[in-house]
Amino acid sequence: MRTIKFLLFKEFKQIFRNRAILALIMVMPVVQLIILPLAADYEVKNINLSVVDHDHSTYSQKLISTITATPYFKLTGYNKSYDEAFRLIELDKADLVLEIPQGFERNLVRENQQELFVAVNAINGTKANLGGAYLNTIIQIFNSDIRVKLLEHEESNQTQNIDVTVSNWFNPYMNYHVFMVPGILAVLVTMIGGFLSALNIVKEKEVGTIEQINVTPIKKSHFIIGKLIPFWVLGNVVFTLGLLVSWLVYGITPVGSLLVLYVFVSVFLLAILGFGLLVSTFCDTQQQAMFIMFFFVMIFILMGGLFTPIESMPGWAQTVTKFNPASYLIETMRMVILKGSGFKDLLRNIGIIAIFAIVLNLWAVLNYRKTS
Amino acid sequence: MQSVVLNNIKKVYGKDQKIAVDNVSFDVNQGELFGLIGPDGAGKTSIFRMLTTVLLPDGGSATVEGFDIVKDYKKIRNIVGYMPGKFSLYQDLTVAENLHFFATVFETTVEENYDLIKDIYIQIEKFKNRRAGKLSGGMKQKLALCCALIHKPAVLFLDEPTTGVDPVSRREFWEMLKRLQEQKITIIVSTPYMDEAKLCDRIALMQEGKILSIETPENIVESYPDKLYAIKANNMHALLKNMAAYEKTLNSYAFGEYAHASFTDVALTENELTEYLKGHGLSDIEIKKTEVTIEDCFIKLLKS
Repeated sequence: MRTIKFLLFKEFKQIFRNRAILALIMVMPVVQLIILPLAADYEVKNINLSVVDHDHSTYSQKLISTITATPYFKLTGYNKSYDEAFRLIELDKADLVLEIPQGFERNLVRENQQELFVAVNAINGTKANLGGAYLNTIIQIFNSDIRVKLLEHEESNQTQNIDVTVSNWFNPYMNYHVFMVPGILAVLVTMIGGFLSALNIVKEKEVGTIEQINVTPIKKSHFIIGKLIPFWVLGNVVFTLGLLVSWLVYGITPVGSLLVLYVFVSVFLLAILGFGLLVSTFCDTQQQAMFIMFFFVMIFILMGGLFTPIESMPGWAQTVTKFNPASYLIETMRMVILKGSGFKDLLRNIGIIAIFAIVLNLWAVLNYRKTS
Repeated sequence: MQSVVLNNIKKVYGKDQKIAVDNVSFDVNQGELFGLIGPDGAGKTSIFRMLTTVLLPDGGSATVEGFDIVKDYKKIRNIVGYMPGKFSLYQDLTVAENLHFFATVFETTVEENYDLIKDIYIQIEKFKNRRAGKLSGGMKQKLALCCALIHKPAVLFLDEPTTGVDPVSRREFWEMLKRLQEQKITIIVSTPYMDEAKLCDRIALMQEGKILSIETPENIVESYPDKLYAIKANNMHALLKNMAAYEKTLNSYAFGEYAHASFTDVALTENELTEYLKGHGLSDIEIKKTEVTIEDCFIKLLKS
């Protein structure tokens, strides 16, 4: 026990002496948590629209002003021909081209029917998809508006409409921050924990201090525990900072209990630290450890359900996410913070993460060789 | 009694099976100051790492204080002190913290064995709050020695402790080793410096994983079979070239400002040699008999 105590003293001293790293650990998550959720917004705004109006009628004017009145579209071109507008797409100055044919108003009033042409720049899939969908919706609303107007005086001729009303549970205003902040915080905790622990033992290898440690009677498990605890504490500090930022900056307070969150994060940190330590027992240089961690962290983030829902991934990818500890943290964070899930709902997640923690740490201890 | 015993110890590295230590056997007596002398890559560090249980041998056996280096590695780790060739204390901890840390790791305290390190520690005590990384080379070595001694080891392994240390600190360091020897600690030290070899009780000359000779430094020097001459001339390069070409030369090589040489013909006179060298355009020729050093013996062994 005394040995562990002194190992801890030593680790903390080293951490607090390395001012630059300490500052990074504290400042990095705060800054990222302030910047990233603002940027990682699924709502596509400022779609550049170019209009080719062959009609120049009241209706076509009305349609264009309806579209540009929304915050989603920005009129960047008003061209005479489709070719001209397409040139804008090629130059990446327009994302969408709306072509209004000649006789738009006349045909609409007389024949009750008209077609519009929309061309979408699909290089950015999300923007193309959402932009096209937004434009469609706006045109439909415009369409039903004029139909109502045209049919006003013919009361006998009722229009049939299905009106859909949506109620957003757990996030009534569909605020993206509420959804993204807990997810990003989960990723930050994963990154800090993983990188710190992965680089630490490797650093001792690189500097050569491990050579001196290896000839001492120190136990492998003691050594690993001595490494684990300081980073576990730091991880919790970072997590607390993150919660504070989400409360102060975004006004997000967990619906569920903080205790549940901390219990889960504590277990999760053990798992991710164990993973980092395992990586560091395999590597000889900090560079190697860094690249291996980058490889996994990228997978953890992109296959963790932060940006794209796991349920919409192909089958094999969903299997991979089952072995991704970060996916459980992201899910749990959202469950507790948005839905207010309690221990009962999270038993399965806690259990799985606990297994991760035990397996990874045991593996790290076994794989750490004092003798080569 | 023997403190360290090696029996045909072997170590090979890598896929190409490069032999680093080739069936090495030797014994070190208790309280002896034993030197492993050899150039870089001779296998000294590999032997140290095997004896301190951080490297597994590929063949043979060895014991330290009666404990097997493979089976009883835990016991050995409690009773040996190891100072690796590369400075491997925590550079971001202070002198005092390093010492304290290693004492704790060995489940002892600085106070308990302070007597042992007192002489050495006093010299660095005024820097005790300085970080180890900021010490000078000589100071670092003193601190590393303190840390290796803090648990009062029975055997002390020092891997090239004086490499990269200035001559004054080197001499001080060897004086410290002599004092430690009086405390009945077995010391095994490796060095590439031949001048340090004569400070050991016995030395093993090593080359390419093999031991060439194990003797006391005096015996090694005495057993040198030939008469050795030191020769100087106006042009060192031409001198060496002509010496090598001379039919009576047994051995010739540069040695400081002189060339050392021995000859097949015991009756060779200095005049004869001078004439030969003059005939090849050399002047200011100085020839004298010289004392044999460990380095001469080592070169002789390498060539035979």
